[in-house]
Amino acid sequence: MKTKITQLPIALYVGLVLTTIFGIAALLSFIWTPFSVESLNIAARLRPPSATNWLGTDHFGRDMVSMLMVGARTSISVAIVAVGVGIGLGVPLGLLAAARHGHWLDDIVMRGNDLVFAFPSLVIAILITAVFGPSAFNAIIAIGIFNTPVFARVTRAGALTIWSQEYILAAQVAGKGPARISFEHILPNIGSLLIVQGTIQFSLGILAEAGLSYVGLGAQPPLPSWGRMLADSQTMISFAPHLALFPGLAIIATVLGLNLIGDGLRDLLDPRIRRQR
Amino acid sequence: MLNYILSRFATLSASLIVASIVIFIMIELVPGDPAAFMLGLNAAPDTVAALRAELGLNGSPPERYFRWVTGMLGGDFGTSYTYQVPVADLVATRLLVSLPLALMALVLSTVIAIPVGMLAASRRGRPADWSVMGVTQLGIAVPNFWFAMILVVIFAIKLRWFSAGGFPGWDQGFWISMKALMLPAIALALPQASILARVMRSAILETLSQDYIRTARAKGLSQRQTLINHALRNALIPVLTIIGLQFSFLIAGAIIIENVFFLPGLGRLVFQGITQRDLIVVESVVMLLVFAVIIVTFLVDIAYAIIDPRLRSR
Repeated sequence: MKTKITQLPIALYVGLVLTTIFGIAALLSFIWTPFSVESLNIAARLRPPSATNWLGTDHFGRDMVSMLMVGARTSISVAIVAVGVGIGLGVPLGLLAAARHGHWLDDIVMRGNDLVFAFPSLVIAILITAVFGPSAFNAIIAIGIFNTPVFARVTRAGALTIWSQEYILAAQVAGKGPARISFEHILPNIGSLLIVQGTIQFSLGILAEAGLSYVGLGAQPPLPSWGRMLADSQTMISFAPHLALFPGLAIIATVLGLNLIGDGLRDLLDPRIRRQR
Repeated sequence: MLNYILSRFATLSASLIVASIVIFIMIELVPGDPAAFMLGLNAAPDTVAALRAELGLNGSPPERYFRWVTGMLGGDFGTSYTYQVPVADLVATRLLVSLPLALMALVLSTVIAIPVGMLAASRRGRPADWSVMGVTQLGIAVPNFWFAMILVVIFAIKLRWFSAGGFPGWDQGFWISMKALMLPAIALALPQASILARVMRSAILETLSQDYIRTARAKGLSQRQTLINHALRNALIPVLTIIGLQFSFLIAGAIIIENVFFLPGLGRLVFQGITQRDLIVVESVVMLLVFAVIIVTFLVDIAYAIIDPRLRSR
């Protein structure tokens, strides 16, 4: 059945709108921001929202709208690359485990997954920071490593159900090897699963990046990031609450948007859930 | 049952061994000599050598690994480079803050989420359900440290019901200390409760569609009795899985939340360890955190077998 655009759930629309706004803001920040985020203007510090500075200025007099736009760029790019790392490592591992189901390779991949799960992303980040020092790049690695077992599990579970289909048997009879079957038949059929999981990990990545930057393990100054902005605002929260409010709302709106997209897509792509509605 | 526990225990031990090797290798990769770092640039070479010996930095990596692991098994986590006290003592004092915080948050989120999830499931498609789904969707999106900051503004700065941060210590009185942990625990519990309530709702809905529920209703049990006596127990398995998984998020979350409230917990200890290059502290605290996550996974597996007898034979 083909779904018409008018039949899309409202939640999915809301999610798409929210995410698009922040996506455009992030892209736009490459070529234009209302004010430069590099020039400091101490005379104009801690201004409340006004006609010139829509969301006020921070403790260095930088425009909050501009800071949030560049912050969106940092958060979104860290989360996207981390999802990419998770997919790049996790999907091949999951395909391998499914193709060798019951074999020791499957066991190794699954036990390895369990082990990585025992290191929460923050703990991985702490270890990496202790060795290489804090940076946005190391935050990507930490979140990416954490994403890997998630994608490996989803891929394996999805791939196992496809492997039991008759057309896979037909492909085997036709002489295709496991690697070829995995990439030509399994992968296209679990694409929707991966897109849904990718959206969810993307939103978790935004939250994780914010958390890491907040405790100083992520993006380093002067690179603006939502987590850092919150950390900077903490000592001034009693007299300049707008500094804490807006980055927080930006994080919430982006994460909410992505989660709504993820849920909406899952409902749309899983006929079993759709029938229950 | 015994076989099941033994096989889970074997997995647990293997995970711990591999995790300890990974952590040890990571810390080995750190450039620089801690002894030289502690003594500064102008230290005499023989002083540095003496300190290296004192800190147990001599010997081949495998030797040091075994010394570290056997030490930990005997409760000796080494000596902190900067504090000059046993790491075990440091960790023990900090645990008195971090552990109650994580447990309070866990209890809080479970106590909120289970009834809320059941309510939403029993009022499916009605306003109560929609509001729960809406609020929890928002709750998942809120970063807990930001929520913590907002709580501080409202309850500590504006209303002055709580202090904005710090921890008086348990010797200052039980309730005073519990009060200091209250806002952090609420901040930590919010996203977890949101996730858990949603899982609870879908788990109950899943079981409510089973035949035995219809049978229970047909034999005359009220909806409430069916929900509590039949649906709840069966829905607990996915809920338990999520609680187990959440523990690792709670630990990570607690590390960040401790920074918002300036609580002297494990999280603050590990960050001080990183900035002061006190690697033995970082190494031991990270190992302890991973150990806690692995143990909780093990306990959740055992709890499965108690709730669901079918799992024992596997």
